[in-house]
Amino acid sequence: MKSKGVKIAILSGKGGTGKTLVSVNLASIAEKSVYIDCDVEEPNGHLFFKPENVREKTISVKTPVISESLCNGCRKCVDFCKFNALAFIKNKPYVFEEVCHSCGGCMLLCPEKAIGEQEKPIGKVQEGVSGNVSVHTGIMNTGEASGIPIIKSLLNESILDKEIPVFVDCPPGSACIVMESIKDADYCILVAEPTVFGVHNLNMVYDLVRLFNKPHGVVLNKCLDGENPVETFCTENSIPILGRIPFDNELGSLNSDAKIAARESNRFRALFASLLETVMKEVRHETTVNPQR
Amino acid sequence: MKIAIPVDEQNLESSVCPSFGRAPYFLFYNTDTKESYYLDNSAVASQGGAGIRAAQVVADHGVKALLTPRCGENAEEVLRKSEVQIYKSIPGTVQQNIDAFAAEQLILLSDFHPGFHGHEK
Repeated sequence: MKSKGVKIAILSGKGGTGKTLVSVNLASIAEKSVYIDCDVEEPNGHLFFKPENVREKTISVKTPVISESLCNGCRKCVDFCKFNALAFIKNKPYVFEEVCHSCGGCMLLCPEKAIGEQEKPIGKVQEGVSGNVSVHTGIMNTGEASGIPIIKSLLNESILDKEIPVFVDCPPGSACIVMESIKDADYCILVAEPTVFGVHNLNMVYDLVRLFNKPHGVVLNKCLDGENPVETFCTENSIPILGRIPFDNELGSLNSDAKIAARESNRFRALFASLLETVMKEVRHETTVNPQR
Repeated sequence: MKIAIPVDEQNLESSVCPSFGRAPYFLFYNTDTKESYYLDNSAVASQGGAGIRAAQVVADHGVKALLTPRCGENAEEVLRKSEVQIYKSIPGTVQQNIDAFAAEQLILLSDFHPGFHGHEK
């Protein structure tokens, strides 16, 4: 049974609910762990971890290159391209690289084998160490259309095969890039804040994890005294509540200074240790009840 | 000379469409023979690259001049490389623009916007 090498994705329907707070602190409290920042448009986890011995790898996609000598101007590639990335100018195809989605269709289709590929960098992945945590960060270049190739690379690293827990800090929302991030997850933690917006956006990721048939639970962040609309939503839908993080001055200050609360304060070390224990219990329960996952 | 205009409706009293790539129809007009025809813009529903697609259609129809209020960078590239001149249309009807073009009153468009990429601005 997999109990240690589990992949836990942390996601939320909107930004700023505390995905990175939860991910970073859970990864820190585990004896040894892997933290993966899939929020490639605005990766923040590394600001907390300040990893050392950082190694970097460029991530590229492929775009077509047309050989003028081989191309006979049949135009099949231009008519085929559903993204309108190819124009036919003076009887030759012309590539709009920034419109190309790297599907490779034109290359397969060309009867003259006149289309080759070239690498186009879209971002990078970094890997470093912060104490007990192996920190992996995806960074997409500004203006690129899709970070999915970067996420694929992050989630394919060989370190994920080791028997240590992996915490995947997802991008906000419920679109393609989030689906790619949770695809191989064993368990999903949904982070929500106690507002009407919190409920609305939780509902979106709740739909998503059910669509993917992923076991899941909710962490209530920024909890205040009084009624919590997110808690009501969880009760009504029988969603397990894994833990509650208070709306707390000290926690806010530590977090704003990019400090890892679980490493700085006994109170928060205890809070996140208890949360981790609950999560691991849920994961073990799920893998026992539904071993096919 | 054959010219093209993005139009909101298929008649000469129509207004010129404010968007080139997403215009519903294109008017093709021959200034010598006064013959005209309209074409549905197949790029209108494209997820992306509508300007490229629209410019392609214009170039494929042997147009020498496009009359449009605005034009994106990618469409401009296709048109320039295909030797289609881009003139800035004036407020008013399609017919008024054809007349202004014939009287050489239109100026070349010099300002090309980046792609919207699905965001309406």
